[in-house]
Amino acid sequence: MKLGIPKEVAAGEKRVATTPEAAAQLIKLGFSVCIESGAGTKATISDDAYRAAGVQVLDTAEQVWQQSDIILKVRPPLKWPKFNIDEMGLMPKNRCLICFIWPAQNPQLMDALAAKNATVLAMDCVPRLSRAQKMDALSSMANIAGYRAIVEAAQAFGRFFTGQITAAGKVPPAKVLVIGAGVAGLSAVGTARSLGAIVRAFDTRPEVKEQVESMGAEFLLLDFKEDGSGSGGYAKTMSPEFIAAEMALFAQQAKEVDIIVTTALIPGRPAPKLITAEMIESMKPGSVIVDLAAEQGGNCELTEPNKIVVKHNVTLIGYTDLPSRLANQSSQLYATNLRHLLTDLCPKKDGVININLDDEVIRGTTVINDGKIIWPAPPPTQVAAPAQPKTIPSASKATEQHRSKADAATRWTVLVIAAAALLGLGSILPQSFMAHFTVFVLACFVGYQVIWNVTPALHTPLMSVTNAISGIIVIGAILQLSAPSALVVWLAVFAVLIAAINIVGGFWVTRRMLGMFRK
Amino acid sequence: MSPSLVTMSYIIAIILFILSLSGLSNPESARRGNYFGMAGMAIAIIATSLMESVTAYGYLVVAILVGGSIGALAAKKVAMTQMPELVAIMHSLVGLAAVLVGYANFMDSSVHFQGMEKTIHEAEIYAGVLIGAVTFSGSVIAFGKLSEKITGKPILLPGRHQINLGLLVAVVALGFLFLDQVETGTGALPWLFLDKGGSQSLLIMTVIALLFGIHMVMAIGGADMPVVVSMLNSYSGWAAAATGFMLGNDLLIVTGALVGSSGAILSYIMCHAMNRNFISVIAGGFGTGSGGKAAAIEGDVQPIDAGETATLLLSAKNIMIIPGYGMAVAQAQHTVYEITQLLRAKGKTVRFGIHPVAGRMPGHMNVLLAEAKVPYDIVFEMDEINDDFPNVDVSIVIGANDIVNPSALNDPNSPIAGMPVLECWKGETTVVLKRSMASGYAGVGNPLFVMDNTRMLFGDANAMLQAVLKVVQG
Repeated sequence: MKLGIPKEVAAGEKRVATTPEAAAQLIKLGFSVCIESGAGTKATISDDAYRAAGVQVLDTAEQVWQQSDIILKVRPPLKWPKFNIDEMGLMPKNRCLICFIWPAQNPQLMDALAAKNATVLAMDCVPRLSRAQKMDALSSMANIAGYRAIVEAAQAFGRFFTGQITAAGKVPPAKVLVIGAGVAGLSAVGTARSLGAIVRAFDTRPEVKEQVESMGAEFLLLDFKEDGSGSGGYAKTMSPEFIAAEMALFAQQAKEVDIIVTTALIPGRPAPKLITAEMIESMKPGSVIVDLAAEQGGNCELTEPNKIVVKHNVTLIGYTDLPSRLANQSSQLYATNLRHLLTDLCPKKDGVININLDDEVIRGTTVINDGKIIWPAPPPTQVAAPAQPKTIPSASKATEQHRSKADAATRWTVLVIAAAALLGLGSILPQSFMAHFTVFVLACFVGYQVIWNVTPALHTPLMSVTNAISGIIVIGAILQLSAPSALVVWLAVFAVLIAAINIVGGFWVTRRMLGMFRK
Repeated sequence: MSPSLVTMSYIIAIILFILSLSGLSNPESARRGNYFGMAGMAIAIIATSLMESVTAYGYLVVAILVGGSIGALAAKKVAMTQMPELVAIMHSLVGLAAVLVGYANFMDSSVHFQGMEKTIHEAEIYAGVLIGAVTFSGSVIAFGKLSEKITGKPILLPGRHQINLGLLVAVVALGFLFLDQVETGTGALPWLFLDKGGSQSLLIMTVIALLFGIHMVMAIGGADMPVVVSMLNSYSGWAAAATGFMLGNDLLIVTGALVGSSGAILSYIMCHAMNRNFISVIAGGFGTGSGGKAAAIEGDVQPIDAGETATLLLSAKNIMIIPGYGMAVAQAQHTVYEITQLLRAKGKTVRFGIHPVAGRMPGHMNVLLAEAKVPYDIVFEMDEINDDFPNVDVSIVIGANDIVNPSALNDPNSPIAGMPVLECWKGETTVVLKRSMASGYAGVGNPLFVMDNTRMLFGDANAMLQAVLKVVQG
């Protein structure tokens, strides 16, 4: 089957749905690939680079749409009167389309695609399963957005991120607050940390605390018990009491921090308003807010989508195209996501896709199958973050305590029995034996003390040296060498011989081994 | 030499032996300790030879020279990967020597004791031969298993616990019979050298002890070998101590006790590292008939090739290498170190994490790495580095399975539940080098292999690492 990649039409969209590297892999899967000339230009990928990877470069979008069985895109196909292009109009019937669709926001588009009898896989509908992570374009784009958010903030911020003591005086580090610790939030946390800022993060889902702390940021806790984890690893709407406590926290933080990055989104709803005009007013002059939720209405009351505005001396960045601003990087990741999806769709590697609706991932991603709208898919059965292991240790702890009690009981019993047995023996054994027995018991204790000090790395040399030393049995044999009975003598000779093997062999090989242990 | 002088020499030998063992607390003092051990042994042998009762110098010199040359040759030739076999066969020699000395002492008519002391002496002979024989046959089987002349799988006879118990009862019963026969002079055999009371029962017991040793080690699987080897080490010590009691020789008693407790502690450490009960290891048949069913492993493995592995390594800062028995089998330790050197030259932190039961003998991996000249200060024990895994960028698992199995920690039904393991999955990425998807010696599936941050590099460990090395060299 032929894959086609038309140039993106949307204003400011610089990404492209495949890269030469990804195309080469797709060709290996048995597909042929064609691309509209200039599709990669804004992502700094030339037509020649595509040609070198074996991709056919076509002159017009029309040719691409006409010739391809499967269309790979970034943005949904729409009418663009400004450019006099109607992508929907270009699309022939019975084709397969893979791109971002946002079916909830674009019901008309869905109907139009269904009318074209198309099969549509929406990259924004990939289920959040661990198996599907490799094709989760939302995560890879969010990662880039989080990074870029900090870069944009740094651009607008008039100071260093890292604290420094210089000859010209002390520079305090910037304080960054990240609201929402999803993929974008964590990426922003990591980027801000690596620039040297002091980073705090807040999220309604307590299970992300560990992730935030692992990135080196402080997790802000509310003194309020409510779990914000919704299904599929996303957040849900919180109770009014919780929101009030949350807002109080933000109001207090706004006075302290220099940069706020908001990434709070709830699936299928407008973004929650978290930063009010008063909070912005209370911020220090020169502070920056990056609102990653600008497209869904913004987390900040004064954000204007797609614009940078300055209000109350605070710069508000409302770009909605942050991934596109890192066009090459985001094209690479998006193309890889698409390639993974196509690899799953084409298990036989014969260049023919098979929409297997029994596969949970493919079922979730497919929103229209042969003109039938099958969105939304039944909810995923598995949550990305397993919360199970926590309960098991506590249970095993209880059994452990139980066991240690039982252990103590057995230990005492053994001790008592051993003491009784020793006393019993003492009452019948002669003095001469007891002298040797004293030596024996003392030697056991000396051995115990000495051996515990041996470093585990030298356990093998320990075994070989004890082997050599236990060759001391040779002494017993030597004492019998001069016995009157010839047979005893021969037994003794043989015993001396094998004990000598042990002694020489043991010491020698220990020496060899120890010689190897070098710093 | 006067008896007091001999005893004094023995005391010096004992002190030297203790110094030799205590020297093993670190590699520097260990080398000196080894010389102490040699000196102690030399003093002991010379002092004993100079006793008035010893006259047969011809035999002595010849036996020591012949035995010594065989030992030296073996020590010189043995490859470090074969150390477990060598150690096992040397244990068997101690066991055999104890049996021989026991029999010689039993037949030696020049030894005379009276009353209670005589009974004790006979009991000591009996015990010495018993322990020696079990050590001997057990070690021979362990040697066979380690050198793969015998299958590494546990061989379980039906009703093996009953068999063991039966043998034990028989040994105890024979012991009383033996003492009684010696006392009354009955039970002599018609053969010229066993014409002494009690010969019958002593001989039967020896056969039973040999069978017991074989049966015991046969039932133990390959992964439990570290425990077996250290247990046999312990037995060889007790055999020497029993001989010491028999001869009334304190040097033998002390040395035997030192070696015996050393082996016992090693066995304890090994059992602890596998979260196993010593008795259950000895009883054999690991992993059979345990409680619930272990959780099945589901998911896809994500293969990786050598080139990608090299790229991973080159982009990592903090690298952990976890060697297992597979590294020894593939003789990959030299390649591992070449890669380590290159990565260290590029300023990366490379460390080795060693699980106490990795390999077939306590400390096996350390010796192999030392052979490849890996400096010992970058080789760490499990307890030292297990908390560091969250900071590790790439962990490389070379031919290890059970020691990195997360189900030991989170699946209470897993046969290896509770065994401490190297928690490599807490790091950024883990690359597992493995021949195929077969399960480890414990026969347990490993969920590590299907984790999201795990990549599988299939193939012979050495061949794969050579390929990685080429790419790292650039």
